[in-house]
Amino acid sequence: MKTRIYIVALLFTATIITAAFAPAALILKIKGSDTVLPLSQKLAETYMKINTEAKITVMGGGSGVGIAAFLDGTTDIAMSSRKIKMSEKMKLQDAGKAYKETIIAYDALSVIVNPNNKVKQLTREQLEGIFTGKITNWKDVGGEDEKIVAYSRESSSGTYEFFKESVLANKNYGSAILMMPATGAIVQSVSQTKGAIGYIGFAYLEKTVHAMKVSYDKGATYIEPTIANAKNGTYPVVRPLYYYVLNKDAAKVKPFLDYILSADGQKVVGEVGYITVK
Amino acid sequence: MKYFLKKLTGKLIEGTLFLSSTVTTLTIILIVFFLFREGLSLFKHSPIEDGFVVAINSQNTVKKITSPQIMDIFDQEITNWEMVGGKNDSIILFRIDNITDYYTEEQMGDTLQHIPKLLSRLVDSIPGIVAFIPASYAGADFKGRILELDNISLRKFLTDKEWYPTAQPAAQMGVLALISGTLWVSLGAILLALPLGLATAIYMAEIANEKTRRVLKPLIELLAGIPSVVYGFFGLVIIVPLIQQVFDLPVGETGLAGSIILAIMALPTIITISEDALRTTPRAMKEASLALGANKWQTISRVTVPYAASGISAAAILGMGRAIGETMAVLMVTGNAAVMPHTLLEPVRTIPATIAAELGEATQGGLHFKALFALGCILFIITMMVNLTVEYISAKRKYSKR
Repeated sequence: MKTRIYIVALLFTATIITAAFAPAALILKIKGSDTVLPLSQKLAETYMKINTEAKITVMGGGSGVGIAAFLDGTTDIAMSSRKIKMSEKMKLQDAGKAYKETIIAYDALSVIVNPNNKVKQLTREQLEGIFTGKITNWKDVGGEDEKIVAYSRESSSGTYEFFKESVLANKNYGSAILMMPATGAIVQSVSQTKGAIGYIGFAYLEKTVHAMKVSYDKGATYIEPTIANAKNGTYPVVRPLYYYVLNKDAAKVKPFLDYILSADGQKVVGEVGYITVK
Repeated sequence: MKYFLKKLTGKLIEGTLFLSSTVTTLTIILIVFFLFREGLSLFKHSPIEDGFVVAINSQNTVKKITSPQIMDIFDQEITNWEMVGGKNDSIILFRIDNITDYYTEEQMGDTLQHIPKLLSRLVDSIPGIVAFIPASYAGADFKGRILELDNISLRKFLTDKEWYPTAQPAAQMGVLALISGTLWVSLGAILLALPLGLATAIYMAEIANEKTRRVLKPLIELLAGIPSVVYGFFGLVIIVPLIQQVFDLPVGETGLAGSIILAIMALPTIITISEDALRTTPRAMKEASLALGANKWQTISRVTVPYAASGISAAAILGMGRAIGETMAVLMVTGNAAVMPHTLLEPVRTIPATIAAELGEATQGGLHFKALFALGCILFIITMMVNLTVEYISAKRKYSKR
């Protein structure tokens, strides 16, 4: 019994000593978009399992928050679900900081309706009309005489911004649009409301709702929202997810970035429900 | 010596008690001060975010433009300068990210140093342009004209119905729809919860036997311990579809769903406090009433309830307080559309839900951030007014009793 305690104690001290004298471990801080957050967490976890000396902290807060932290130098990597804005580029320029942009994965949005809805496809113009509040009845887009109930995310969400840019052509949402606090709540509401329409990330699709075909060429072709279509670029509502790194940190971040873009890293991307880069 | 020690202990305890009450009061005053300082700073601000300007061609005859007009222009509702009092010329929108449509990367320069010159040239060359650009690009030699907008005023803030705090370039901060949403939901909740809560309290205090009471009381108190998110989820999955079917509505996320959830949440407070109040009625008063020939129901309605009236109104107010300030459950079931509600069967957006949903992404110290603090001030004023009313009513009651 006593010897066993000694062995444990010895091992313990040995661990502490090796830890103390080990070469400077890789410590990385990642901050930004809540959309990229689950993916970054999973990637960091798997990476730390392979490289036990690495230590990666991942924090959310939104794309804007991540890029602001990146500007202050309080994070090594800014994760973002949108491209860096002109105003942010300017600030980096003024501070004399050069940076590099890497696309780590793609996220696609699907427009969902209640499975009982007769309308199975819409054009971008029709979607714009619905979400800006101009079209309020399903009969105007080829369905039954039923009021349209449109669900959106709250304005704090990156998905809200992306949908506004891509589908609404930067116009504001109509004031009668219902705002839901979470993607799960949108799925729940659309599944139980007959005239409902909403938008969610591919990773959240469920059988209780129907994902619509959409057309970005005024109705010439309607594209089904599948991972394959998103990958080959025919499905239009796709956005890249970015990592931003300052050039001076490039060497430090490189092993992790290489891992993400490797086959193993991209496998994780697929497992989490996003679309791989290659 | 012993006497001295005793005196010292007494003084020490007295000092500690005094200190705790001072600290509490100071904290409350500080919070209120902070809330109002942040909130009131909104009203010296232009509706355009700091560091940005809206510029037009210098030949453009439009002199004055309002912030809703700016929003309509950028939403392409207004497409001709004639509609805002200018010449007949179509409006061309320009956001800074559109610059790549007009100029190449090389023209901008490798450190983007040529952008101010390019923007100046662009705004000067297109007569119908309206450009939303960073203020740092519109320096002294900028050839366009910068549009000035009126600052956000308290009157506009309280009477406008449009809530688009993140609209670019001009944010629309009208909170009337949010205030009425909050009041509708709270009023509905108290109308549902008060009769039910009072009835339960009377039953428990006067009618139920000891055994029933011992089962009921902990069960009701358990209601108060359930987290509000659980109530919200329950509401979304059970109450929302139910309302939709019962009233045959296109959408179940309505003010009524919020009211029902809030009523359930306010019940434990109302029941516990009014039951305690009912129990304080002196036995002698009740027995006197019964001795005069009044039956049990007459005794309850004429003696017990009037005697406990101030306690019951306190219960109603505390319940109402919970309803007005509740966030999470309401956020999940009311639909949160910022439109003026006309009935309880429409989606509404409440003030607490707005603050909770939007504070996350609002830049600290920015326009949106300040607007949310101003909303907090309004919420504070509403609850304070409710509290004062109750204070006043119960004080009056006590006075007339003597």
